[in-house]
Amino acid sequence: MIAQDKLVIRTIQVGVLVALFGAWFIATRAGGTLKLFLPAPELVWREMGVLARSGQLWASLSVTISSIVKAYMIAAVAGIAVGFVLARSRTLVRLFEPVLSGMFAVPLTMFFPLFVLFFGIGPDSKVAYGATYAFFPIALNTIAAFSNVDDLYLRASRAMGASSWQQFRYVYMPAALPVTLTGLRIGFFICIASVLGGETLAATAGVGRATALAAELMETARLYAWIAFVVCMSVMLNLLALAVETRSERE
Amino acid sequence: MSPNMSSNAIRLVRLLLILGVILLWELYARMVATSSFSAAPSQVLAQLWPKVLGEPNVRFAIGITLIELVVAFVMSVVFGMLIGVLVGLSDIGRRSFYPIVLLLYGIPQAILLPLFVLVFGLGPASKIAFGFTHGVFPVIVNTIAGMRNVNPLLMRGAASMGATKFEQLRYVMFPHMVTAVFTGLRLAMTMTLLGVLLAELFVSQGGIGYFTLLYAETFNPAALIALVLTLALLAIILNELVRMIEARFSRWKE
Repeated sequence: MIAQDKLVIRTIQVGVLVALFGAWFIATRAGGTLKLFLPAPELVWREMGVLARSGQLWASLSVTISSIVKAYMIAAVAGIAVGFVLARSRTLVRLFEPVLSGMFAVPLTMFFPLFVLFFGIGPDSKVAYGATYAFFPIALNTIAAFSNVDDLYLRASRAMGASSWQQFRYVYMPAALPVTLTGLRIGFFICIASVLGGETLAATAGVGRATALAAELMETARLYAWIAFVVCMSVMLNLLALAVETRSERE
Repeated sequence: MSPNMSSNAIRLVRLLLILGVILLWELYARMVATSSFSAAPSQVLAQLWPKVLGEPNVRFAIGITLIELVVAFVMSVVFGMLIGVLVGLSDIGRRSFYPIVLLLYGIPQAILLPLFVLVFGLGPASKIAFGFTHGVFPVIVNTIAGMRNVNPLLMRGAASMGATKFEQLRYVMFPHMVTAVFTGLRLAMTMTLLGVLLAELFVSQGGIGYFTLLYAETFNPAALIALVLTLALLAIILNELVRMIEARFSRWKE
């Protein structure tokens, strides 16, 4: 019964994908002005090959990936450090947590022109922007993780003679890890989105810039090829994150 | 600091901290920074009126952005809840389409922005469309999650008492979905604003994006910061508005 359900679900999912590609294929055969906005799938496929072989893909991708990695490292280290320090004291949490979550509720995109103004049009402004955006979910989740450790466990471990380090290693760490990891995951995807977004808005290199350039030159096949690369990348990353999460849930 | 500070004391200290940061910023901008890249809070305030908000074109641009935002948000809510209810209604539907929705939600949409402008043009249509695709996913995801969280016992109870499918939805399902759906709406408000602003910043004819670019490229940071802070204030007000509506709809629980 359950196996049969699974089969039905997979069939529907594959069917939706096939229908989408089929609709795309047929729509491009119909012709008209649509061709300008919707190039034929085979053209996009060919353009993807051209981009990969000519080295443009790697040139842009390396800029984008190095920006994302730098931004994420800064956000993760700063977010966890700030979150951990604040969570040590209940007063500090009450003092700063509303400020941080209030700032996170404001779309930081509006400040992007300021980032460009301060850090220039090169990758630095994207790194700073991505790091700032990703910092908030990581810091907020770290605060939530460490300040919600049950007092009972702390008192019990203290009563049994645990040192500060042992308390951190055996009580805080295991208790706070899941929520901290959630923050790190949210921060990661926000980091990718904001670096790409920043590149699309104002940059000299990178995947976002290449996409915007293809659109400005009306090279729609190339535009779709870039979109296809990013969609593939994001689907793979999401499936990876999902697999990691289901694995850690099982443990 | 004692661990048991009253909430008034907390608020006071927080306010002092924020004032301290503004003071430091003022000192830094006046003593160290160059005036073409940063501006002191007092200069920002001087620009806010009459330069930025006093300018009819800027007020018009803010109005346009608000209209784009509201249209995109309403579309996100209507279509998001519709799609969410349709997908979440049956077990098979949810298990087939929910993963697809999540994968689509995960795509960094910024990469689609040039395409949106190509298809929908330079005007408000592309901003509304981009805001809509940002806002619709949180609504769908949270509507589905909300429908899943309704106790099946209550649904069966209503059914056994002779409620029609519509009555079950109206009187059992919907009231229980309020919390989850409003989480989605609040997220959707933030995301729609993000989408609209991204599109505005990418290309704009006389909208907010036009003026941000104008101020940034003419090295007028005071005006830029003044405009950005105005928008931030609007964002906070809109968030609070959604929160108030949420409180109104969750009253039955108390």
